[in-house]
Amino acid sequence: MVAQTETDIESPVQTGRKHPALWQFLREAPLGPLIILLAVVLVALFADVLAPHDPEVSVKSETGRPVKSYLPPFWMKGGSLHTPLGTDFHSRDIFSRIIYGARVSLLVGLLGTLAAGALGTMLGILAGYLGGWYDQVIMRITDAWMALPTLIFAIFLASVLKPGLWNIVVILSLVFWSQYARIIRGQVLSLRERPFVQLAEVTGASTRRIIQLHILPNVMNTVMVLFSLTIGVAIIIEASLSFLGVGVPPPKPAWGLMMAEGRGPLIAGKWWISVFPGLCIMLLVLATNLLGDWLRVRLDPQLRNR
Amino acid sequence: MTETLLEVRDLKKYFPVGAGLMWGRVKGWVQAVDGVSFAIGRGETLGLVGESGCGKTTTSKLVLHQETVTSGTIAFHGRDITHLHKQDLMDYRKAVQVVFQDPYSSLSPRMRVGDILAEPLEIHTKLSRAGIRSRVGEVLELVGLPSDALRLFPHEFSGGQRQRIAIARALVTEAELIVLDEPVSALDVSIRAHIITLLEDLQQRLGVSYLFIGHDLAAVAHISHRIAVMYLGKIVEIADSLDLCANPRHPYTQALFAASLPAHPDEDKEEIILTGEVPSALDPPSGCHFHPRCPIAIPVCAESEPVLVEMAPNHWVACDLA
Amino acid sequence: MDKPLLQVHDLRAHFIGFRGQRAVKAVDGVSFSLSAGDTLGLVGESGSGKTTTCHAMFRLLPPGGDIIGGTVEFDGEDLMQKSPAEMRRIRGRDMAMILQDPMASLNPLFSILDQVGEPAYYHLGLRQQTLRERVVSLLNMVRIPSPETRMHEFPHQMSGGMRQRIVGATALSGGPKLIVADEPTTNLDVTIQLQYLNLLKDLQRQTGVALIFVTHDLGIVAKMCDRVAVMYAGTIVEQGTVREIYNRPRHPYTEGLLRSIPRIGNKEALYAIPGQPPNLANLPDGCAFAPRCAFAVRRCQMEAPMASTFADGHLSKCWLSEPEGVRD
Repeated sequence: MVAQTETDIESPVQTGRKHPALWQFLREAPLGPLIILLAVVLVALFADVLAPHDPEVSVKSETGRPVKSYLPPFWMKGGSLHTPLGTDFHSRDIFSRIIYGARVSLLVGLLGTLAAGALGTMLGILAGYLGGWYDQVIMRITDAWMALPTLIFAIFLASVLKPGLWNIVVILSLVFWSQYARIIRGQVLSLRERPFVQLAEVTGASTRRIIQLHILPNVMNTVMVLFSLTIGVAIIIEASLSFLGVGVPPPKPAWGLMMAEGRGPLIAGKWWISVFPGLCIMLLVLATNLLGDWLRVRLDPQLRNR
Repeated sequence: MTETLLEVRDLKKYFPVGAGLMWGRVKGWVQAVDGVSFAIGRGETLGLVGESGCGKTTTSKLVLHQETVTSGTIAFHGRDITHLHKQDLMDYRKAVQVVFQDPYSSLSPRMRVGDILAEPLEIHTKLSRAGIRSRVGEVLELVGLPSDALRLFPHEFSGGQRQRIAIARALVTEAELIVLDEPVSALDVSIRAHIITLLEDLQQRLGVSYLFIGHDLAAVAHISHRIAVMYLGKIVEIADSLDLCANPRHPYTQALFAASLPAHPDEDKEEIILTGEVPSALDPPSGCHFHPRCPIAIPVCAESEPVLVEMAPNHWVACDLA
Repeated sequence: MDKPLLQVHDLRAHFIGFRGQRAVKAVDGVSFSLSAGDTLGLVGESGSGKTTTCHAMFRLLPPGGDIIGGTVEFDGEDLMQKSPAEMRRIRGRDMAMILQDPMASLNPLFSILDQVGEPAYYHLGLRQQTLRERVVSLLNMVRIPSPETRMHEFPHQMSGGMRQRIVGATALSGGPKLIVADEPTTNLDVTIQLQYLNLLKDLQRQTGVALIFVTHDLGIVAKMCDRVAVMYAGTIVEQGTVREIYNRPRHPYTEGLLRSIPRIGNKEALYAIPGQPPNLANLPDGCAFAPRCAFAVRRCQMEAPMASTFADGHLSKCWLSEPEGVRD
């Protein structure tokens, strides 16, 4: 390679090191969790196609007669492939309920976390950037809020609000926003002192502009990481609420609810009603946690790596 | 005689120090800037030198309206702009810009260079997108960067290139005064010469004025027409650059020059080693602030505070013994 | 002539990045020597390899870095052959380092006594009263007033200049023969810097310690050093006594550096070395400086130059020096 003799003042030092495209980014993600997450998403999206039966109604066999309740999974004696993971006490197909249940868990977990994130981030930015009274008021509220025990608070809210899917989203957002607010505020406090923000102020940029163009994009990394880490908790809270009977109302399938319904039969040896949804919860939360962990490590050094 | 662009008179900035600023009493005042006066002409560079705690950064913040003035006046084009609001403030911001020290954190990391350069135009002008694009291309060329830099992000550039971007951004609204806060201190030695030369060329071509803050006397002296030496919130000496280098009169200035590193191993410098450290601006020494460390101080220095006196043409010194 | 205290010969170190695909040759054949009581300046800009060279000497490369060749003879023994335990005994006792940021070098949770005393505690086995006395005497050496009281204080209670002096005291605590100071005055005010550099000179006179100054500031070199080695892209491109380098620089990079530094009272246009500092992951064939060199000829682009030696140990790695010098 012949060295260039012309001065190279102009060309940037590291060509090609642009922000990696999304798909290239995903390629670096840990495979297992990504697959699990994708699987759950696909299952939730295509539930109508994938589920062999209506999850809320008792299953009829090919002959049209109702199938027995408490049928075990297909690999055990008495089970059949018609209801591969068995049936519950209402003769509903566990397999179909699990598939539809993915929707609830994902929807509620996702939306709840999104709502919490949006609310918390906004308040955190306002508190951090505007400072003064905004900061004092928002932070005192946040502090008080964080003192509330999460699950108990969720149960309390659930008993006050009518049970329902959207109400759970509201509950989750109310429960989790304070975490975001506290952490984002901290980030914004340090961002505010960085020269590029001061530069925008000196140029005369409006507060709205600074928050929109300079602050928000630079907290998004943290928000994304928080998001992926709290999704797991949200799913578990939803499951817990459903388990306790104050979450998604029956007969809608929800994994937590299924676990609750299977508690009695569990003692009688009919384990499949509780165990399968439990496994699903575990796998999904594990996947989001692992992805969140990876994301946290992946995004951070990039910022430090100039 | 060049038209005076910026004139600062008896500028003071005191920061309150107290328990719980919200509700507590003020216990004391940090006298960060304590009566500073200078003028910058069109197309001129005023260098501001001093060590930590001297108030040069606070002075620059006052000029940039990042902090409010405690007392004193700032005039721009003859108009008093000490307290500005809304549109007047916006007009001022359009004309007065800044380049910061750290090239690694002074450009918004998630914005492309093209957007970074366009931002001041979006804020201050009503140019169309095409107009903005064209102006941005102009300033890029002025600082010697290629047009394909627009699509890239700051982290894809070296330190020196980032400072060029920062300079381009400062120029994009045709600013008349640029405050340069240690613009080359964080750069490699071989790149500093590039940036200093670039700044000097731009001044020649565009007639822009600079307030150049630095700690490297040689670099400041090279680019500045006049130099002001600050100590603990006050200007102790102000003179034309070459004159100051040849005849520093204030003992602190002399110590600064003596402390600067030699340009050659055989250079024989009279060593002036100051005792002690810079005192706190919260409780400055009485009389002449410099007297506790001054090699030639006499008792009266602790009692009366010297004022700037013109001891030679255009050469002002605040010392009764100089 | 007795043997030099430190002899580095053809030291090589690289960093593996990007999943083992790219090797950055951070230190690419560095050789120099240093006698007891002398001061060497290691000059270079970012990416020159000067700091990595010192870390390699101490065998303290960060993860991802490996020493791949060369020897470091310290006090007659090759440090590359030492076991980790032996190196731990040498570091702090025979060799010490002073870093750039005193706040980062000092642990905010430990008192001055604890930190300055630590090398003496571990390497010299001092305890209790003798340890305290040693710390007091060290603090006196670095001109910290009232050391008996101040040694019980904490770093945040000290000014920047004092902290850097405390770091110096810590470095001396084990009684080293060599101290490497990596940009020790970059964060200090100019007048404090003068105090500090003069202090180092005095300490050197008192203790006979050898000093290596790693810096980008040629002014420090002019003031403090006997010999200087100029580094570029991982290798020493010129080496010699300070006077020789200033009066008769033989490498275009050294010359360019000297010409690009502003001098007080001089308003002549500065010479700016064209181009950028090199990208170590992507070095050109031939001389690494050739792309920026005003004198480069075809040979420079094809072959990396060998060192040519001149009188008084003056060494230059440039094809254009060759005719006059003696090829190694």
